[in-house]
Amino acid sequence: MCTERSDVTDNRVSIEVVEAAAPTDTSRAGGLTVLETRNLSRSVGPRLLVQDINIQVSAGEILAVIGPSGAGKSSLLRLLNRLDEPTAGTVLLKSTDYRAIAPRELRRRVGMVMQTAFLFPGTVAANISFGPRQRRQTMAYAQVATLLDRVGLSGFSDRDVAHLSGGEAQRVAMARTLANDPEVLLLDEPTSALDEASVRGVEELVQGVVRERRVACVIVTHNREQAARLADRTMVLDAGRMVKIGATGEVLRNV
Amino acid sequence: MSELHVSIGHDVLMGLAQAVAAIVLCAAVVALCRWQAVRVEREAAISMVRGLVQMVLVGMVLAVLLHGSLMVGSLILLAMTVAAAFTASRRLRGMRGALLLCFSAIAAGAGTVIAAMLATRSLQADIAILVPVGSMIIANAMNACAQAAERFRAEIVAHVGQIEAGLSLGAEPAVTVAPYLQSAVYASVLPRLDMLKSLGLVWIPGVMAGMMVSGASPVYAAIYQFVIVAMILAASGITGLVATVLMRSRVFSSTAQLLLWPTGLAAPSEGG
Repeated sequence: MCTERSDVTDNRVSIEVVEAAAPTDTSRAGGLTVLETRNLSRSVGPRLLVQDINIQVSAGEILAVIGPSGAGKSSLLRLLNRLDEPTAGTVLLKSTDYRAIAPRELRRRVGMVMQTAFLFPGTVAANISFGPRQRRQTMAYAQVATLLDRVGLSGFSDRDVAHLSGGEAQRVAMARTLANDPEVLLLDEPTSALDEASVRGVEELVQGVVRERRVACVIVTHNREQAARLADRTMVLDAGRMVKIGATGEVLRNV
Repeated sequence: MSELHVSIGHDVLMGLAQAVAAIVLCAAVVALCRWQAVRVEREAAISMVRGLVQMVLVGMVLAVLLHGSLMVGSLILLAMTVAAAFTASRRLRGMRGALLLCFSAIAAGAGTVIAAMLATRSLQADIAILVPVGSMIIANAMNACAQAAERFRAEIVAHVGQIEAGLSLGAEPAVTVAPYLQSAVYASVLPRLDMLKSLGLVWIPGVMAGMMVSGASPVYAAIYQFVIVAMILAASGITGLVATVLMRSRVFSSTAQLLLWPTGLAAPSEGG
């Protein structure tokens, strides 16, 4: 695991920032490609939301997606776990076209944490065990407790979600997604509604989880500083098109 | 014969006079509403004119068909079901197949109950009884359909985030909307449950009153009225369930994507 990580770091030296009308993702550092998009596009009526996106994300890597409002960042993320249907192109999950994977199984493997936690009424434990329950698996109390420890919410199992702060709710949402043991983690501005202290806490959690579990992570953020703190690579979207992709430091210097 | 015609003409004139009195009272209420800036004039006027014209037409048709066959009665009920489906489907404007959905739900609810009533002889296969009682059941099924559909749609639109969170965690679409389906069906039967609870205490419904006027035993009339209201509840329940279950299958794509959004159908993710 460590070897793979150091490969990524070593290769980053040779990463080039791609600046073209419709750049392809040549910036990837290596390692096992978990998620790949091929000419991924979506339009609604005459409006192009996402156009010709070609990216690859490796295990243990964080790719940030930045861009102005309406650039298609969230639209791209929704395509990655097939909450929306592409109008052209496709996504490969460990080299398998995701249209060949049953949507429920795909979404278990490609977990998503949304901007708002959207917890289900009830206890924290019931929320966390929701995913496994859909596959008729029961989560032991100890497993829930371990997951809660990991997200910094020890002892929260029996709490009613109605009484959680924004930061706590977002951590529960993260734990709920992790309970499915996903291979890809999609984060749609997960800290945009949080205060500064909670933002740092969630960021540390994301970094820790991605490194420990070796998941491929795509995070949408409007915050360049957050991209700089978190992401190995950053992609810039504008009007649905990928205008830049590369090592975060280089991309941010050139935006 | 000429005495009969004179009698009918007299009844019609008296009915029209009573209708005018009712309209005047409604107009006064509309004026009161306007005084409080509640604007219902146009809708009230249209509703009253439509209601009167429709009922006069129905009366004329029934007068002609009063001695028709069971087949004629069934066709009248079918036509009423189609009209009810048109009315209920307006609450689902923009949804594909809304008319067929409403027709299926109302036909399932009202059809099952009317068939059960005929089978148990609670309802005679006589057009003069079948059509009025059947129409009552269809009208209530229509209301239940509209209430269930509207509530289900509103609940989904209000909970898009929770539903998509559920989908993102690998849940079946049916699981993600189960609480909203339940509340929609409950909302559609609640008025009928209240009707049943208040039966005899708050109101003595028309069927019982009519039976007593025509000389039936008050006790039998009361029991029969209970049967009718219970059947209305059953029809509403079936209709609400069928409407929401059919609707559930239409609000998701075959790949478990939510199609019903606040702005209408199939317009997701237009933002950044």
